[in-house]
Amino acid sequence: MLSRVADRIYWMSRQIERAENMARILGVTSNMVLFGTRETREQNLLAPLTITDSAERYFEQKKPVTLQGLVDFLALDPGNPSSIYSCLRSARENGHAVRWQITSEMWESLNTTWLEMKKVRRADLSGGGATKFFDWVKDRSHLFRGVTYGTIMRGDAFNFSRLGTFLERGDNTARILDVKYHVHLPSVKDVGGALDHYQWTALLRSVSSFETYRTLYRDQIFPIKVAQLLILERRMPRSLAACLDQVTQAMDRIEGHDRAAKRLAGELHARLTHADIEEIFQGGLHEYLTECIADMNELGARIQRAYLGTA
Amino acid sequence: MRGLLARQHYDEMRDAQGQVREHFRALSEWLAETPARRVAEKRREADLLFHRVGITFAVYGDEAGAERLIPFDTIPRILPKAEWDELDNGLKQRVDALNRFLHDIYHDQEILKAGVIPPEQVLKNPGFQREMRGVELPNRVYSNIAGIDLVRHSDGKYYVLEDNLRTPSGVSYMIENRKMMMRLFPELFERQTVLPVEHYPALLLETLRASAPPRVREPVVAVLTPGQYNSAYFEHAFLAQQMGVELVEGADLFTKDNFVYMRTTSGRQRVDVIYRRVDDAYLDPLAFNKQSMLGVPGLFAAYRAGNVSLANAVGTGVADDKSTYPYVPEMIRFYLKEEPILANVPTWQCKKPEDLKVVLEKLGELVVKEVQGSGGYGMLVGPSASKSELAAFRKLLKANPSNYIAQPTLSLSTCPTFVKRGVAARHVDLRPYVLSGKEVKLVPGGLTRVALKEGSLVVNSSQGGGTKDTWVVE
Repeated sequence: MLSRVADRIYWMSRQIERAENMARILGVTSNMVLFGTRETREQNLLAPLTITDSAERYFEQKKPVTLQGLVDFLALDPGNPSSIYSCLRSARENGHAVRWQITSEMWESLNTTWLEMKKVRRADLSGGGATKFFDWVKDRSHLFRGVTYGTIMRGDAFNFSRLGTFLERGDNTARILDVKYHVHLPSVKDVGGALDHYQWTALLRSVSSFETYRTLYRDQIFPIKVAQLLILERRMPRSLAACLDQVTQAMDRIEGHDRAAKRLAGELHARLTHADIEEIFQGGLHEYLTECIADMNELGARIQRAYLGTA
Repeated sequence: MRGLLARQHYDEMRDAQGQVREHFRALSEWLAETPARRVAEKRREADLLFHRVGITFAVYGDEAGAERLIPFDTIPRILPKAEWDELDNGLKQRVDALNRFLHDIYHDQEILKAGVIPPEQVLKNPGFQREMRGVELPNRVYSNIAGIDLVRHSDGKYYVLEDNLRTPSGVSYMIENRKMMMRLFPELFERQTVLPVEHYPALLLETLRASAPPRVREPVVAVLTPGQYNSAYFEHAFLAQQMGVELVEGADLFTKDNFVYMRTTSGRQRVDVIYRRVDDAYLDPLAFNKQSMLGVPGLFAAYRAGNVSLANAVGTGVADDKSTYPYVPEMIRFYLKEEPILANVPTWQCKKPEDLKVVLEKLGELVVKEVQGSGGYGMLVGPSASKSELAAFRKLLKANPSNYIAQPTLSLSTCPTFVKRGVAARHVDLRPYVLSGKEVKLVPGGLTRVALKEGSLVVNSSQGGGTKDTWVVE
């Protein structure tokens, strides 16, 4: 497969996944700000900017951090390359460039999503409209992934699409979990309290794993179990381990002379397979996640170099 | 009205007495007996289908990437087989002579020495590529894919309006229009035998493979496109897909030791034949336009070394330039020792003072074209031009006469076409596609373009033209 074509397919898939994750993060945030003290509310509003690494860009606008401001910037701003709007636009552009290498169903799904996105007005996202919009973004992403899985030939187009999807998802899950490191509780006595419970619950819901937690642990919500679920539990399809399962499987199917990317993917996979959550906590969860995020970043860079051209 | 048109123009369906011509009879009967509502329904269906498949084209000057649908008319244009056979012979003859001409001027220049064509016409032509002198091409073919525009005048005769020897487009519509007609009106194809055109991509692939550098056993073919914002991107992608070859952009290719390679996920792969839909100037920034972002550095060197074939060759523009056009009948006589089967439209060359004088006098009756122009841009149709347009062109002509040629306003033939108020006669032309590899081949038919505006003679899609399916019937 042409490197340029693989590149477009890889990024198309990443961008759709990114739009979905952004919708998830914003959806949880809009729910979280309904709870807690003013201090935690502010921290909760900062969380989406921290997770998406876009605080600096946001403050350039010299606007206060409000929910509406976040939605404007992270969902609708055409000038912000990570906004839902921009992700859906780029995904459609990438799809357009390779529409003969993807199936017509995939193209039609991308195209329809973008045409509908263009019709969304700021006023549609006020009040309850925001939740509806975030659900729509998730639905469109589910649909695209399903259409891809159900229609495309099992070849390099499929492989690079999977790579893009699961690298993006793994990165996102790590960042979402890490946000608890930044959002502090008002005091130590609140640990395990109602507020703490709501924050962990919201976090689980943002990665669609609240029910999974209940099913697997049948227990109260404990941070260490949440971490176990989101990092090591391969039955949870948004966990780091599950994402790396998919990444290594896709890498194995790709023919190529590359060693560096495949080796790193293998290492990451092995590390997650043999890890122990107690040890991770002893070394510090934040440190562990920071390293994971850096490694996935490096893996992305190596994939880019080995297969997709440096463009 | 119908009678008037029939007298003034050749009508493809009815003769001067208003009688339906034999080869249109089956269609005419079908039109008469099919309820208008059903036909209208089918037309809406066609529109929807074309939109869904995305057969669109971008128009220059529109917002970047804006896509439009070329209107498709569901009444076919029909040619009897005998008439087509003559066109087929004439087209092969013409393209053969043009390819011989190109080989000659880049080698011994016999035709210039013999005084058949003035040397400056060729050597000072902006389309003449000095770098091509002495380059040997497979089968000595320069224009592997030629699109020849034909019109039928009121005398019933076909005339060649222009030769397109660089990167003629539109063939995807020929194929898609046929698919659409067969899908919408299968019963029409039961009533008479329509010769097939859908094997065009197979013939194209055969032609391209036959044009590979000698000694390459399993040539790898690729289609080179300027990218998704090009007006004909759909066609580039369509042809690549139909032939089962890669669709590449400049950045996908690189050269090493005078060979051309594609960048793929499993390393480099050599490319032997490039069907390029990129103009000469943008092929290779080292050899041509230095600013080009589209090209492949080193491509021309690899080409000259004979390690890669380009279709069409570099430097064909000198032969399809409108100032060269008047000499084509002479080329046929010179190289083939035959009389031209297809006629040229009489042409005034404005660079000649005596011709310019006539053109300025009769400007209101003539069509004036830029010698390098294409796509219907930069032309004047005298009879339908306003006074200020005529005055503006008069100035242009005087300022730069050698940039223009002029021809009498041909009365293009008409063909029944669906318009808002029913069926009416609209002007059409015809572009068959001639493929030259080891042999010269074409599929029976071509692209019929139709001017949808009443009385309009401009059929270009960029100027509000539409297309029709073209049937050659036995």
